[in-house]
Amino acid sequence: MRGRAWRAFRRNRLALAGAGLVAAFSLLALLAPWIVPHDPTRGDLSLRLRPPALAAGGEWRHVLGTDNMGRDLLSRIIDGSRVSISLGLVVVVLCTVVGVALGLVSGYAGGWVDTAIQRAVDVLLAFPYLILAIALMALFGPGFTNMVIALAFKEWTTTCRIVRSETLALKGAAFVEAARASGARPARILFRHLLPNVVPSAIVVATLRVGWVVLMEAALSFLGLGIQPPQASWGTIIADGRQYLYSARGWWISTFPGIAIFLFVLGMNLFGEGLRDALDPRLAEVPLPE
Amino acid sequence: MSGYILRRLGQAIPVLLGVTFVVFLLMYLTPGDPVELFMGQAGIVSQEEIERVRREFGLDRPFLEQYGRFLGGIVRGDLGQSIIYRRPVAVLIGERLPATVELTLFSSLIALLVAIPAGVVAAVRRNTWLDGVGTTVSLLGVSLPGFWLGLILILVFSVTLKVLPVAGRAAYGTGLERQTGFLLLDAMLQGNGPAFVDVLRHLVMPAFALSAGMMAMTMRLTRSSLLETIHQDYVRTARAKGMHQRRVVIRHALRNALLPVVTAIALNVGALLGGNMVVETVFSWPGLGRLVVEAVESRDYPLIRGCVLVYAVTYVFLNLIADLSYTVLDPRVAVGGGRK
Repeated sequence: MRGRAWRAFRRNRLALAGAGLVAAFSLLALLAPWIVPHDPTRGDLSLRLRPPALAAGGEWRHVLGTDNMGRDLLSRIIDGSRVSISLGLVVVVLCTVVGVALGLVSGYAGGWVDTAIQRAVDVLLAFPYLILAIALMALFGPGFTNMVIALAFKEWTTTCRIVRSETLALKGAAFVEAARASGARPARILFRHLLPNVVPSAIVVATLRVGWVVLMEAALSFLGLGIQPPQASWGTIIADGRQYLYSARGWWISTFPGIAIFLFVLGMNLFGEGLRDALDPRLAEVPLPE
Repeated sequence: MSGYILRRLGQAIPVLLGVTFVVFLLMYLTPGDPVELFMGQAGIVSQEEIERVRREFGLDRPFLEQYGRFLGGIVRGDLGQSIIYRRPVAVLIGERLPATVELTLFSSLIALLVAIPAGVVAAVRRNTWLDGVGTTVSLLGVSLPGFWLGLILILVFSVTLKVLPVAGRAAYGTGLERQTGFLLLDAMLQGNGPAFVDVLRHLVMPAFALSAGMMAMTMRLTRSSLLETIHQDYVRTARAKGMHQRRVVIRHALRNALLPVVTAIALNVGALLGGNMVVETVFSWPGLGRLVVEAVESRDYPLIRGCVLVYAVTYVFLNLIADLSYTVLDPRVAVGGGRK
C-alpha cells in the first residue's frame, strides 16, 4: 500500500516540483547563518536603496539590492525564511497533534464529550481566520510565541473535523470490534487501532495547510501585528518596502519577499495535493475552510 | 425539507451565543483597565472618579451580569463607545460598512465573471493547452498573498503607468454626494457619469487583489464539477439526440454543475470579508477592515470587540445561507440529512 502511494507520488511531476521547492526553501532556512552573503540585520546607510544586480545601477555585490537601511535584501529574505517557515511548521504540527487527539476522542467517545468539542469547533469556525488572529494579537501583544497561539487558535479545527468523521466511520469496523471484544481498553483502541488509520489524512491536511498559515503570518506581520524588528519575516520585509514602492524609489524591497512567499506556498500546495492524490484522494471532496 | 431548514436555523443560535461569549471573554481578559484607558492616563483623574465611572459602566458587577448586559446591548444595537473616536461603536461601524460591502460584492462579481467561463472552457477542452493554462493560473492564484498582489498592481498601474489611482474610494471634486454610502450606486442615482467612472477606477485594483483567491478556487470548482456532470447519462442522452455541443454543455451539464459553485460563493464571500483587512490597508480603503486595524493599533478595545462581533455574525449568516441554498438547489441533501 505504502509502496503504491509512493509510486503514485513519484509519477506526479507537479508534486515532485512542489517537493523540490519546499526542500530548497527548507535548506535555505536551515543553512541561513552560514550562507547569507551579508549580515541581515546590520545596515550601511551609504549603501541604502541600491537596486538589484540586473536593474540599472545595480551591482552583483547585492544581488537583490539593499533596503532603506542599507541592508542586503537577499540576506534578509533568507534570514526571514527561518521565521516564516518555522512558524508555519510549528503552528501546523501543534494543530495536527491537538486536532488528531480531539478528533479521535470526539469521534470515539460520542455523547456529551463529542457535543462539547464539536460546539467549540462550530464557534471557532464562525470567526474569520485573520480577524480572530488580529483580535488575539491585540490581546497578547506581538512576538513569535503569541503569533503561534493566535494562528493555532482556530487552525486545529480543520484536522479535528476530518479525523472525527474518519473515526466515526472506523468505529464500527470489524477490527475495532475484535479489539474491544478481546478486552482492549479505549486508550489502546484509540492509539493502536484508530490512530494509524487516521494518520495519512492528518498528514495530507497538515501539508495542505502550511502554505495557508505562512500566508496568514505574512498578512499579520505586514499589518505590524506579528514579528517585530529587528527580527524579520517575509511579511515584515514587504511592509518595510511599502512606502518606497508607492514613491517609486525602491520597488524591489516589497517585490522579492512576496515572490519568496509565493514560491514557497506554491511548492507546499503542489506537494500537499500530490500527497493527497497518492495517499487519500477522497479528501479532494472535503473543502478546507478559509 | 422545512424541518431541515428549521433545524439548521436552530443550530445557528447556540453558535451565535458562543460567538458573543468568546468576543466578550476576549475583551474581559484584556490586560489594563478599560476605564483608565477611556479616562486618559492614570493619575490625572482621581481614584474616586475612576470608581464612579466603573460603576456607571457596570464594570464592578459580576462576570455573568456583565455578559448579560453585553448581550442586552447587542440586542438594542448598542456596542459601547469607541475610546479613540469618542463615538458609539455601532455608528462607526455603520459608516464604514458600505465601503467594505461594496468592495466585497464587486470583487465577488469580478471573480465569478472570470472564473465560471474559464472553468467551463477548461472542462470542455480538458487536457488541452487551454486547460493547462487555466489550471496553472488558478493554482498560482491560490498561492499568492492578496496584499502583495495589491502592491504589485499599484507598482505597475499607479506608479509606473500612472493609469489608476493609488488609494481611496473616490477623487475630490467629482460632485458626488453621499446618499447610500455605496458610491457606485450613489453615482448612478445622481446620474453623475464622471463620478461613476472615477469610483470604478478606484475600485478595480483593490477588487482584483481581493478576488484573486476566490477566482482561482471558483474556477477549479467549476471545472471539476462540470467534468463530473459531463459524464452523466442525461448529458450523453442529450448528445445522442443530436443536440449541439454548446447547448448540451450550457443547458444540461452546466446547470447541474453550478450547484456546488453557487453554494461555494457564499462561503467565498465570507472568505473575502475575512481577508479584506490587509487589502484595505494597502489601498487605504476606508472600510471595516481598516477600522479594525486602526482599533488594534490604538488598543481601542470596545471598537475591536464591536468589529470582531460584526465580522463573526456576518460570517455565521453567510455559512447559513450557503447551507440553505444547497438544500433549496439540491433537495437530495435535506433528505440525506445534511451537507456532506
